[in-house]
Formats: sequence, C-alpha cells, structure tokens
Amino acid sequence: MPTQTFIVNGKKVSVDVEDDVRLLWVLRDLLGIHGPKYGCGLNVCKACTSHLNGAEFNPCSVPVGDIKATDEITTIEGLPATVGKELHPMQEAWLDIDVAQCGYCQPGQIMAAVALVKTVKAEGRSITDDDLDGIRNICRCGTYPRIREAIKAGAANM
Amino acid sequence: MAAPARPRPLPYPRPKEPAAVEPEATASAGTDRRRFLSYLIAAPTLVVAARLGAQAIHPEPAGAAVPSLPEPSDLFDLGDLQNLAASPTSGLISVVVNTDGTASFAMPRAEVGQGITTAIAMLIAEEIDLPLEKVDVTLADARPELVWNQLTGGSNTIRSLYTPVRIAAAGARSRLISTAAKQWKVPPSTLTAKDGVITSKSGKTVTYGAIAAAAAASKSSTVSVNLKPTKDFTVIGKSTNRVDALAAVTGAKVYTMDLVVPNALPTMVCRPPTINGTVKSVANLAAVKAMPGITDVAIVSTGVAVRGNTFGQCIDAVDALVVTWGPGTEDHQSDETVLAELKKAEIPLAVPPLNLLAKSIESEFTFYFRSNSPLETNCAIADVRKDSAEIWSSMKSPVVAQETIAQDLKLPVKAVTCHVMQGGGSFGRHLFFDAAREAAEISQKMGKPVKLMWHRTDDFRHGRTHPMATSRIRVNYSGKNVLTYEQRHTSVSTDFTHGFGEILTEFAAELPLGNLTFAETIFELTQNVPYNFGVTTQLLNEVDLGFHTGSMRNIYSPDVCTATELMVDQLAAAMKVDPYVFRKQFLKDARSKAVLDKAAQVGGWGKTMPAGTAQGIALHNEYKGCSAALVEIDCRPETVNRPIENGVTGPRVTKVVYVVDVGLPINPKGLEAQMLGGIMDGIAQVLTSSLHFKNGIPLEGSWDNYYYTRQWNVPLDVQVVIMPPTTGKPGGAGEFGVASSMAAIACAYARATGTMPTSFPINHNEPLGFTPLPLEPPLPEEPTNGLG
Repeated sequence: MPTQTFIVNGKKVSVDVEDDVRLLWVLRDLLGIHGPKYGCGLNVCKACTSHLNGAEFNPCSVPVGDIKATDEITTIEGLPATVGKELHPMQEAWLDIDVAQCGYCQPGQIMAAVALVKTVKAEGRSITDDDLDGIRNICRCGTYPRIREAIKAGAANM
Repeated sequence: MAAPARPRPLPYPRPKEPAAVEPEATASAGTDRRRFLSYLIAAPTLVVAARLGAQAIHPEPAGAAVPSLPEPSDLFDLGDLQNLAASPTSGLISVVVNTDGTASFAMPRAEVGQGITTAIAMLIAEEIDLPLEKVDVTLADARPELVWNQLTGGSNTIRSLYTPVRIAAAGARSRLISTAAKQWKVPPSTLTAKDGVITSKSGKTVTYGAIAAAAAASKSSTVSVNLKPTKDFTVIGKSTNRVDALAAVTGAKVYTMDLVVPNALPTMVCRPPTINGTVKSVANLAAVKAMPGITDVAIVSTGVAVRGNTFGQCIDAVDALVVTWGPGTEDHQSDETVLAELKKAEIPLAVPPLNLLAKSIESEFTFYFRSNSPLETNCAIADVRKDSAEIWSSMKSPVVAQETIAQDLKLPVKAVTCHVMQGGGSFGRHLFFDAAREAAEISQKMGKPVKLMWHRTDDFRHGRTHPMATSRIRVNYSGKNVLTYEQRHTSVSTDFTHGFGEILTEFAAELPLGNLTFAETIFELTQNVPYNFGVTTQLLNEVDLGFHTGSMRNIYSPDVCTATELMVDQLAAAMKVDPYVFRKQFLKDARSKAVLDKAAQVGGWGKTMPAGTAQGIALHNEYKGCSAALVEIDCRPETVNRPIENGVTGPRVTKVVYVVDVGLPINPKGLEAQMLGGIMDGIAQVLTSSLHFKNGIPLEGSWDNYYYTRQWNVPLDVQVVIMPPTTGKPGGAGEFGVASSMAAIACAYARATGTMPTSFPINHNEPLGFTPLPLEPPLPEEPTNGLG
C-alpha cells in the first residue's frame, strides 16, 4: 500500500492508503480531520471546500495520489493560522452576523468565501452581487442572506 | 399508518370544547406572579426539576368573529395536543447547578439547527440569573419514561418547555439563595442574586458554584417558586447569537459522522434500483470482501451492507457488488400514475353553485413529491453487542427509536441506549430514525460497531419524501360576500409513526374532533382559513401507497396555504378589489390584520412595477401566531433565462418582507434565522424543487438535480419584521417561515405572468434539466475534478 505524504494545516502527515481514495476520506476517516463535510461526494454541494496551496478545492473529488508531498492543504481547522490569529476575519464576520443554523455546511461556506474574496481582491475590485450569486455551496437551512452579508463584512477586514 | 384513510360524513362537525386540565399554578393574590411547584432532587450537587407540560396546556379560544365558525385548529392545535400529552408524564426535567458555577440541562429534544439549545439556555439564564455562557444545554439520551414527550416536531419545543424549564431554573435560584441565607443567618428576602453571585445587605458574597454542594438536597421534596414577571426580563426577548456558533465556524461542532467510537468503521449499503426492492442473491460477496480496505459484507433487509476503512472504499465495494434484485413495491408508479390515484381519491366538493345570484370559482392545484433531505445525509453509529446496544444519531423521536430497535434486535428496551446527536439539518427527516435502525441491524449482523452513512444519491432516491398532494377549492360568493369555502386536500399518505401516532391514540378522547385517522387529525389540528368565508370546510383524504414518506417542514400548511391564497387572489380579482384590501376586509382577527398591514407598509404594497414583475401578498396563521409575506418577483425573460451551469434559474424573487407575530419572541435573532430559512424553502417549493418519480424511483440523485434554492435564486432584499410581544406566550417558530412565503411567491408569479400556476414547483413538468444518474451500479463514480 502506498504511503501518501503532504502538509495539512501546517503539519506534515504520512498515511498508508491506496492512490485512488479521494482526499476527503483520507482527511476524515484516516486523519480525523472532520471540518470538511460530506454532502454529496460529487463535487456539487461544496460542503468539503478547503484550500490547496491557498486556492479553493474540493477534496471529495481529488484522488489522494494526485496530492504532492509539498502540497499544503488548509481545512477550516487551519484557517485562523493562515492569518496568525485565533479566528480568521471571515469567521469573525460569521459570528457577528450569527450566520450558522445547523452549521453543517458552514466550514465549506467560509472556505469558499475566503477564496472568493482573495480572487476578487487579486482582480483589484470588490465583491458584487454577481460574485455572490456564483457561489455554489448549498445551505439547506437557507442561511444564504446572512452568508451574503457576512462575506461583504468579512471582506472588509481581510 | 395503523388506520386506513377514508372519507367521512359531511357536514363538518362543530368542534367541542376541549377537556380542561388543571394547571399546577395558583394565582398569588395581589401580584402578577404565579406560583409553581418545583422539585428538589436528592443529589451530590443542586438539582431542581419541574414537570413537563402541565402549565401551558390551556387552549385559548380564538377571537374569531362570525360568520365563519372557528375551525378546530383555531381552538386547539397540534401544539396544544403535544402540551397536553406532556402533562401526565411522570418524568421530570432537571436543571443542575455545578460546583464550577455553571448550570446544565440535558434537554429532551433534538437540536438540528433550529436554535433551541440557545433559546432554552436563555430561559435558564433568565430565571437562574447566570450569564448565558455559564449555561450548558446538552441533548438527553432517549428517556423511555418520558414516553411520547421526547419528540421534537410541530414547532413545539419552546411552547412545551417554556414554563417547566423556567420553573426548574427559578427553583434552583431560590434554593441557592435560601442556602446562603441559612449560612449567613439572615432572611432570604434580604439577599440578591445576579450573574451567579449572591450578595447580602452587608456586602457578603458567595458564588453559585461555591454554594452548590451545600444547596444540594439530601432528600427529594417539592418547593413552590415564583417566575419572573415579563416586565423584568433581561434575557428573554433580547437578540442573542447561537451558543454553538463558534464550534460551527471553526469546524469543531461534532455531528454523528465526526464522532469517534472505537472500531466503528465506515459502512454503506448497496441499495436496489427501485424503492423497497429486495436482494435475491449476490454473486460476488467473497470477492467484494477481499477488496482494498473492506472488512465486512452482509446482506441486510434494505440491501447489501459493506464496512471498510474509508467511505471511498465502501463506495467502490457497493458498486462492485453483483446483486440480483427482486422487484420493489412501487415499480409501476410514476408521477402520472400517482396523480391519477390522487384524483380518484378526492372527496367530492359538497356545495354546488348556489343560485343565480351566487357565483362560483373552483381551482385545483398539484404539489409534486419533495425531498426533505438535509445536507447531512441519513447516518448513525451503532455498536450492538450480545446483551446490549448503543446508538448515536440525530433523532427527534429517540424513545420510539429505542423501542423499535430493541424489538428489532430482540433486546430489552433498557439494554438499548440511544444518544441524540446534533443534527446537520432535519426539515422533517429526523422525525424518523431510518439510519439508526439500519445501523443497528448491520452491526448485529456483522458483530462489529459500524458508522453508517447514506450516499447522497441514495438519500434522494430511497430517503423519505414529502408526499405528492392535490388541493381542490370551490368558493361561492355573491356581491361582496363569500358564502362558502370548501377545500379538499388529497395526499399520498404521510407517515406519522414516529410518535405523533402514540400521542393521538392516547388522547383521542380529549380532542375536539370525531374519530379520524392520525393524518386527518393532524390536518385538522394544523389547518385553518384565516378569513370570514362563510361555511368553511377543509378536509384531507389520503392514498396509502408504499412510498417512503414523512412530513417536510410545516407539514400540510405550505401546500394548503398556497392553494388558499391563490383562491383569495382570484376572489379579489372577481370582486375587483385589491388583494391587500380584500384580505384586510375578510381577515378574522386583529393580530392577522396587524401583520398584514405591517407587511404592506414595510414592503410598499401597490407600487408601480415594470411588466413581467409583480408583488404578491399572503397570510398564514399557525402555532398560536400570525405571519404575512410580501414578495416581489421578476419573471422577465432576461432574468428567467440567465445562464447558470448545472442549475435552474427561472423567475427570481427579488424582495421579501416577512412579518411574524409569535406571541412572545424568545430570541428575535434566532427567530429571524428560522424565517429566513422558511423563505428559502418557499422559493424552492414554488419555483424549482421537486422529485420526479419514474417507475418506482426518483430520477434525482444529486444537488444539481434536486434544485433547492441556491445563491443565484436568493432575493437581494430580505427583511424579517418581528412584531412586539402580543399574547405574552411563545408560539412556534421552526417551521413558521414556509407557508406564507410560498403562497406569496405563487401569488406574485400569477400576477407577474397573468397565469395562475396550478402545479408546483412551476418547472416540474418542463423537460428535465439534467441527465439522471444511472441506477446500476447504484452509486455514481466519485469525480476527479476537485482541483477546480
């Protein structure tokens, strides 16, 4: 069985598992990192959204064998450390606005929001309603209006 | 369903007065405070309990004026029934004061996102005088002695716990003060308590934590307590953020699949290509068991279970199984055949068009199957041993789960422990415990602990659905008067065997109704027409097919209310009266008129709108509360046809003003959150979201097939207006946002397009917007495109 090595939330990890097992299961079932959630396993609901080398990705749809030893994976658990604080400004905004209901999709929503704001800032502009309309993450509790509000507030502090 | 659905005689019987039940409270002369009994429980630290229910059960007469007689739900609704059911239960609920200065409460209800852990913590903080962060509300394991009173549903948690929880907390506060008074040898009335500290007139202080053990009772006894008068509330009624918000945003909140139970390995089930299909034979059990990571394979009643090191390996194993399937129970049923059965079962409308002066309007509406699946799929952990079993799952009826699982496993009830986990949503789904039951069976067959998770595709195909229904309405009107209103709701039967059934059996004699089926009773206890429409009848009939059903958020109301409100708009048009003015003229009571007026005022009713766009307005009363929604919709081609990859756009609701009067809001911010969710559900149910049944299985298998509201469907302007306290008693909240939103959106669509929609969602009969996933192998292959 191959040994898979990569960096997750700043720590180098090695795990013995077949190459074709999707990264979400390696994180959740073998490494015990439970922030990224399963909502479909089809790269549709985006509940597992995390960052790979700073960019948004969906570990439910990436075979672990495709991850390189130098790749840095950030899940919700590692997000605050990327800004050297106890909480990322996007998480602070989420708390201020009290976005979460059941909370299940929220780690993925926050990770998607951070990636969106970074992309938009790199383009030298601010978030528009069209940008927010383009977010695919499902929230079955329907917290969408508060998500939109929180992203705008979080972006202001990023 | 125990009793078959059948028509019953007309006309509708006049409701009897419900039986009165003596409350435990006695009015204390000269004050607005009422005294209640609390129970001091012998324990090493201070434990004070209260009986569930008894105080909150007096049904209130509705203030309705003639000519419409009050309908049963005006007088006595589903929540009253649940409260009544709670009253004779011997089980107590207890607030514990710990030596670290915190108070804890194991709530016999399930938190699934509706915010009840926060609201209940607020009630305790209010009465015991502790900061909110020092109150810890957890979810109680199944407590069989609570019988039917550990059911989370019907938006009833706050209604049923509001008084008992406060009694227990107030009893604890009173005991802490009397203990300090005894130690300091001063009268208790000279002491004050605030933020967990008791202070004497001379300035001596002691914390709750320091005195909790001294306050503990060595012998159980009863103590009477006063509750805070409403005017002294400092926590209740104040917008408060959720107590679990930090855990949610950091990924630390533990759902069933995040719980680590030793050796409970990932487990999935290979399911049949049609619902209720059975395994005839499996050709390659041994070969699948030898696949990478797989530890066990077992044939179970729902399919073939596989257990392995990762869920990914379970998915591969499920798809590798070569299973010969027997037929399912509904293989010949598709949307069209079900609709035909519903039409056959409709109870005839009884009142013919009256006379030459009266005019009649008749409409029929169809509501297709909808999935009540939350984002967290059905899941459970089970560890079944020879003499015992332990189950972890988000269960809203854990007592029924415990009894059912014990029976399945042939174990005594007390040998089965059911832990209630935080749920990743529910929307009706967790009223049942399908995954817990299945996990128990698998664990017993494999002889090992299992962590069972349903695949998303299975959750849509084999999970429970809100049943398809039709609603037929006939009105007779003459001049400016509505003479009769008849509504015949006909539905594929809704499964209520999660505990409501037990309540109804026990309390059938107490109900202001005849001898109805469970479903008919729930229908009568929840439905009403808030308008003076003369002789009014609303009846349910059911077709008992073999579908996996369950109610979805707000049970019958969204569909019934949408049909009603579309008829109201037709009546207004026929009488040439503005829809808002018409409603105001015909509404029965002042609270309804107040929410309607507020919605019209805040939403700017009647403003000029461009062609292809329109406003809609609708009302719904339930849970001792009133709601009104005013929406704006954009049905112009450039909006309807805007491209979104793998999604439906269609008309967009651009603005919603939602006004709600719940009697007494506990946590306005939490209440607003529930209304926002209900609005998103209303949008989905009118515009986009349904299951297409074809040859015994839904075609939907992914969130890109089942079009629940997505960001591109969300209104950019949503305002929730919470009315100030009216009745002084909390009503229901969890489901209250759906019905009037859905109805207002349907009314707005009709006004914007000039065509009244008659089937829901409006896109259901358009060509499918997706290619259905294959049925065999049962699970779609995991994608490899996750790098974006």
